[in-house]
Amino acid sequence: MEYAKMTAVLCRHFGLKHLEVAEDIASDTFLKASEHWAINGIPKNPTAWLYTVAKNKARDYFKHRAVFETKIKDNLKPGDPEPFNKFEFGDQMISDSQLAMIFAVCNPDNSKESQICLALQILCGFSLEEIGNAFLTKKETIKKRLLRARKNLRNNDFQIQTLSKTAIKSRLNTVLKTLYLLFNEGYFSKTNNKPIRKELCSEAIRLTLLLTDNALTNTPETNALLSLMCFQSSRLEARINDKGESILFEEQNRELWDKALIERGNYYLINATNSNETSKYHLEAGIAYWHTTPAVENKWKHILNLYNQLVLIDYSPITALNRTFAFAKVYGHEKAITEAKSLSLIHSNYYHELLGFLYAEKNVDKAIVHYNRAIDLTKSKVEKQTLTKEIKRLKKSKGQ
Amino acid sequence: MKEFVLIFRLKDIADFKPSPEQMQERMNWLGSIAAQNKLVDKGNTLLPAPGSAKTVKANNVVTDGPYTEIKEFISGYIIVKAENIDAAVEMAKANPIFDQVGGNIEVREVLKRD
Repeated sequence: MEYAKMTAVLCRHFGLKHLEVAEDIASDTFLKASEHWAINGIPKNPTAWLYTVAKNKARDYFKHRAVFETKIKDNLKPGDPEPFNKFEFGDQMISDSQLAMIFAVCNPDNSKESQICLALQILCGFSLEEIGNAFLTKKETIKKRLLRARKNLRNNDFQIQTLSKTAIKSRLNTVLKTLYLLFNEGYFSKTNNKPIRKELCSEAIRLTLLLTDNALTNTPETNALLSLMCFQSSRLEARINDKGESILFEEQNRELWDKALIERGNYYLINATNSNETSKYHLEAGIAYWHTTPAVENKWKHILNLYNQLVLIDYSPITALNRTFAFAKVYGHEKAITEAKSLSLIHSNYYHELLGFLYAEKNVDKAIVHYNRAIDLTKSKVEKQTLTKEIKRLKKSKGQ
Repeated sequence: MKEFVLIFRLKDIADFKPSPEQMQERMNWLGSIAAQNKLVDKGNTLLPAPGSAKTVKANNVVTDGPYTEIKEFISGYIIVKAENIDAAVEMAKANPIFDQVGGNIEVREVLKRD
């Protein structure tokens, strides 16, 4: 994440035209760090060390560039390029820079999807694979999309300072979506065989929290998203065991749920409902809220209702599958099997996991077929292990 | 995939306000279509009450409501996508209004104006 932050700070000073330069300097800095630290040991304050190096590299770059440009263009204005005396890397500046940069990258010159891809890559440090996961799209498609988007931005020399109030408001949606995907990648991480990456979750929360500090961006939607993040985060500790395997919701130790975060979630959810607006974040926060409550009557009916609304405004295969799970909780597994099959998501490992789960009670053989299919389809080692365990358990129960 | 409009008709204006249970069943039906990614437009409810419904006829004749001459009235519509009309008809068959209050659903293929 430090890399993304550094790129953001550098970019803010250079302008978006020099995005690649900022990225080069940031990666050069980290390269130098790895060489230098290997020989001399890690310095007392690694962050400060990194930023000092980056600052020097940036200054060098601009000196070179100034010489180059004055030789070619004799009438270059004095004081150009940007003077570097106000180049600060304070904590406040970094956070603002990063958010400012996300807004800048969410430029309507690019399609919404490209904007988000770019923000995730440059500012959140996502790999192509991670972006692909977030969009359920192939790596190659993302790569092409990013190339086009970068080219568009290079020709576009604006700065965050020039963004008007209306521009900030109109870009907010895309920014929220970016933060939502950043959080999700942390919460349901599919890469590196780590089911959770807390640093991404806390980064997303930090940035969303910043949005609530500003009257322009402190909207019901922003609050709903923050509420959702708080509710989800409250279960972070309970979601993996000490071996790093994920624990299903029903088997989680509720004592480990963070009550303070649940309260924060409630607080932001109340803030989010002071208008008639119902966004996807409102509905997801509502669902997450019900998950934090004990099993009361009609709990799953409420959850199913929220999923019904969610799938109407924002279809995704995962939402469709989750809705079916809630349906099973209300109307039983048999009816839910018909419902699940109508989704025909045969290439999704989650689809087969759900069918395996629904069949497990009455038809062990079919359950095992679906679980095996899910094992073939998933890339996650941890998930393969969990499913293999479940198949063993089913075979055993059948034998008795 | 083709698009079809499902037009809902009810028999009695008293059926227009469903009970919470009926509402839940109707939402489940709609959610089920959306979960199959076959919902094109969640449509709208068309209010049948006198203040919200008029019929305009020739010679500036305006009557209250849609139901002076017909027994049924249109209560709403949605747009779905399906391989063919038979598949769209199957979706309509699963609608809970037949068990709840009766009425009918007209299925019509959409021809887009360009």
